[in-house]
Amino acid sequence: MIAKRIIPCLDVKNGRVVKGTNFVNLKDAGDAIELAGRYSDEGADELVFLDISASIEKRKTFIEFVRETAKTVSIPFTVGGGISELSDIEALLKAGADKVSLNTSIVKNPSLITESAKNFGSQATVAAIDVNKLSDGYRIYIKGGKEATDIEGISWCKRVEELGAGEILLTAMHCDGTRAGYDTEFLNEISKFLKIPVIASGGAGNYQHFLDAFVLGHADACLAAGLFHYGEMKIKDLKVYLSEQGINIRL
Amino acid sequence: MIGIIDYGAGNTASVSYALEKFGVDFIVTNDISKLEEVEKIIFPGVGAAEAAMAKLVSYNLISLLRTTKKPVLGICLGMQMYSKHSEEGSIECLGIIEENCVKFPANEIKVPHMGWNSVEFREGSPLFEGIPQNSYFYFAHSYYIPENKYEIASCANGVKFCAALNKDNYYGVQFHPEKSSTVGLKVLKNFIEIVN
Repeated sequence: MIAKRIIPCLDVKNGRVVKGTNFVNLKDAGDAIELAGRYSDEGADELVFLDISASIEKRKTFIEFVRETAKTVSIPFTVGGGISELSDIEALLKAGADKVSLNTSIVKNPSLITESAKNFGSQATVAAIDVNKLSDGYRIYIKGGKEATDIEGISWCKRVEELGAGEILLTAMHCDGTRAGYDTEFLNEISKFLKIPVIASGGAGNYQHFLDAFVLGHADACLAAGLFHYGEMKIKDLKVYLSEQGINIRL
Repeated sequence: MIGIIDYGAGNTASVSYALEKFGVDFIVTNDISKLEEVEKIIFPGVGAAEAAMAKLVSYNLISLLRTTKKPVLGICLGMQMYSKHSEEGSIECLGIIEENCVKFPANEIKVPHMGWNSVEFREGSPLFEGIPQNSYFYFAHSYYIPENKYEIASCANGVKFCAALNKDNYYGVQFHPEKSSTVGLKVLKNFIEIVN
């Protein structure tokens, strides 16, 4: 059977990794390509790079970064941040990325998912979803969590699958940076109907949280950032733990 | 000299970066005269079968791929193109093997089959020399070739399917060796150094 995946996420600004709490307060965590190589050696199953400097003039720098990363690491990686055109997707995939994650652009233009899947395949088209738990339910946010929409969370997950996304990268904003665990309730809810893999993101603080996301949330992969970047948790140790708990893991 | 077929497949860059790591000479081309000069051919593949077949037709590569006696390594969609027919777009493929390429049934399993899965290979195949049995390789696909007589490795995702095959000079892997870390690079290296 397919193994559950552990994915470090690197927020990249001008080639360096930054990661904040609840999407603000950026902290520097070092050279991105160097860190990517280290994670690959430690047993990361995949990597995600989010370009948070996403302005037009920085786009070229990011493509160069993607090319250098593809030359360095030989595990799959996803790139995201400010991608709104098919030509952006093509350029990033051609540079060596395996998948692109689309967020704000697909809320504004859902057909971009279908177009991307048609041109580059579902397996290369990841819907990144930022969901926030409000008093009246789950709500979709865009622009890096800065802007609320009126879209309900669960229905949006269903919709992106129908449109052709090959995977969902689900960030629970209300958990992100808290280290209090993933939102297993929401993950479990969407696992009941989704046929595409889900990457859980936001809230990882200890081993148990990863186990819960897999067992209670039925997630296919778990993503974390700060926890790994500052060396508080070693990917190898985490994977040994999960394997001992009976999770199918690539060691 | 290795020739990587350039027909717009999504993983062309990654395959060439892997070969750069080995320091082997290679060219990325869709020019028949150049492909006739190389010793071995790598046939990469990511994307949709229909578009890939149309590209091969437009570059006039169909006949070369069907008749070459050089070792060929088809990767992912490249291997799927060896089949007679693909359910993806319902198209005729190269017909190098008699099997058809079909879609995973999405009732109990997640589709695409995306991630690392353990591969059981037949001992003695040069492609897997020096690789531990049941190693994990990276897969990303929604269609597969069922188990068949040319199979040299299998994998299970709800159903058991063909993870690697060999017929005469044609080799194929459904996983992505270029993205499968150390063991994946070893498969590529074996194709380059051992297969003949």
